[in-house]
Amino acid sequence: MDKMPLPKMPLSRWIDDGLNYLTDNYSYITKAISDNVENGINWFADKILFFPPWVIIIVLALLAWWISGRKVGLFTLFGLALIWNLGLWKVTISTLSLVLAATIVAVGLGVPLGILAALKRGFHKVIMPILDFMQTMPAFVYLIPAIPFFGLGIVSAMFATVIFAMPPSIRLTSLGIKQVPDELIEAADAFGSTSFQKLLKIQLPLATPTIMTGVNQTIMLSLSMVVIAAMIGAAGLGGEVLRAIQRFQPGKGFEAGIGVVILAIILDRITQRVGRKEE
Amino acid sequence: MSEDKLEESKPEEGGFKKTKTKIRIENLIKVFGNNPRRGVDFLKAGLTKDEIMEKSGLAVGVAEVSFEVEEGQLLVVMGLSGSGKSTLIRLINRLIDPTSGKVFVDGVDVTEMKQEELRELRRKKFGMVFQRFALFPHKTIVENVEYGLEIQKVKREERKEKAMQALELVGLKGWEDNYPQQLSGGMQQRVGLARALAVDPDILLMDEAFSALDPLIKKEMQDELILLQNRVQKTIIFITHDLDEALKLGDKIILMKDGMVVQEGTPEEILTHPATEYVEKFVEDVNMSKVLTAQSVMRRVDNVAFPKDGPRTALRKMREEGISSIFVVNQDFQLQGVVLAEDAAKIVKTGESTLDSIIIKDITTVCKETTVQEIFPMITDIRHPIAVTDENNRLLGVIVRGSVLAGLAGGINNNG
Repeated sequence: MDKMPLPKMPLSRWIDDGLNYLTDNYSYITKAISDNVENGINWFADKILFFPPWVIIIVLALLAWWISGRKVGLFTLFGLALIWNLGLWKVTISTLSLVLAATIVAVGLGVPLGILAALKRGFHKVIMPILDFMQTMPAFVYLIPAIPFFGLGIVSAMFATVIFAMPPSIRLTSLGIKQVPDELIEAADAFGSTSFQKLLKIQLPLATPTIMTGVNQTIMLSLSMVVIAAMIGAAGLGGEVLRAIQRFQPGKGFEAGIGVVILAIILDRITQRVGRKEE
Repeated sequence: MSEDKLEESKPEEGGFKKTKTKIRIENLIKVFGNNPRRGVDFLKAGLTKDEIMEKSGLAVGVAEVSFEVEEGQLLVVMGLSGSGKSTLIRLINRLIDPTSGKVFVDGVDVTEMKQEELRELRRKKFGMVFQRFALFPHKTIVENVEYGLEIQKVKREERKEKAMQALELVGLKGWEDNYPQQLSGGMQQRVGLARALAVDPDILLMDEAFSALDPLIKKEMQDELILLQNRVQKTIIFITHDLDEALKLGDKIILMKDGMVVQEGTPEEILTHPATEYVEKFVEDVNMSKVLTAQSVMRRVDNVAFPKDGPRTALRKMREEGISSIFVVNQDFQLQGVVLAEDAAKIVKTGESTLDSIIIKDITTVCKETTVQEIFPMITDIRHPIAVTDENNRLLGVIVRGSVLAGLAGGINNNG
């Protein structure tokens, strides 16, 4: 009934064929990357878990206090203590490791791309629709091709998370640089600055608060991916939520969910503050 | 150079110094829009800015402007918004690329320069001051002033030292570690000026530099710029929409309208001989006393006394001229003082043979650039005319109350 008289365009077959070609020929590279990244993330998580939780909680609480003030410090203290109390310490550290790794990659790629988009009009025109695509495509879809490249587990989850969480870093870096007043750019030019000097000494420092807002958004989006990431075998708070869904245990689900919320609030308050401090 | 040429270049004869052309601008055109070359053709065909806009949608910024600026001169480009003055100043250091025409700085064509040469030129020869200050908000005052040197990779200590000197020059010592937003508008613009001066440029480009300041601060800054110019002797191009400011600051004024030069001349030329009705309207409301200088209202000195003259000689000279005091000069015409008739009459009786004992040495003098406005209050206070002297203290002329009033009246009459 809803079939068009024309034959169906084999879009899915094209994509599958393309992906198959790439996996057949290049997956040995991505697999190697995958192993290293996984080792790195696990190493980080192991190092943190090596200390008793209360040491880490106190250190993080003091760090939060120092950066964002007493309220955030106290919230961090009690929030993480609650997580420990609920028996979610290990999975929370695992989630934190994934989020931090994904954020580092997303920001590491996103900021340079954002700079390029701000300075090169052509690149801006090309990348903006791609960003729209990245942000609106349901995130689950990225998981499917990630598996043949990176295998089941944390690296595929990270790959999907990076793609989903990177756009704000690019957009807000670009916006921050474009928002630098023209008169300051003119002044820098009038004194004979090179483009690089202008970028380093004027544009980036003045764009920092906006760029940090982008970083903050990237972290928040990474956190929102944890449950989805769990679907391809990334352990962590997302895994707990997923298990609670499968076994219909609303209480357990809420516990893990609250863990995500606490982590989100701590990371949000800290990164927001970093951005404003630079102002 | 021959002997008589040298003589000519002495300031007292004709008032001209031999000067060098610093900036020369030839048929400079800037048209904004797609395919701006068409605009150049329209301009050459004699169309006006409005006609070109209507016909092609192209906006003419600067239309065939030519002029020269001499080394050490303060040129004011004056015009209302949309007259193309801000575009013009940016064409000189090529912050905006001209559509056609030439700009020579020290004889080198700026319009032909490659990016690196242009950057070098901007670093070494130009300092720019902006209307809205354009200070970098994330840098401290001293870091702002250092900026021009920083990008030239000058060593940290050296650039800091130069920056501090520049800050001292503009009277902001002690503020170096503050941030721009902690300073008032006037102080921020001093920082802008210091930033431009720190690189020790030949040329200062000042784009409406004082327009954003309130009137009192503005006047103060103008006075300081004049003082500063006397000390540092830069070539300055100053953009303004304020005629009073133009008249006060300019050695030469260029008046612009619709991208074209309407009149070019000294402040007095523009006031006393406006070239068009437009200029005439402009200068209508100008307070003449701010513009007329000692030079234009002074009277030539027909008779002076010399120190070796006796009191009788001095009295005779005064009688001939019908005056009650006489200025005393030496052989080089350098002013020694003034002698009053009543004092001379006294020593005739005591039999002294020279004027030495009665010369009043502590007298008020003005230079030929002093404005009538400044002279007025002096005149009412003293009993003899005011002497106008040059930088070597040579007597150029005298000013009496009547000549000031006559000068003012004359100016106003000429004006319309």
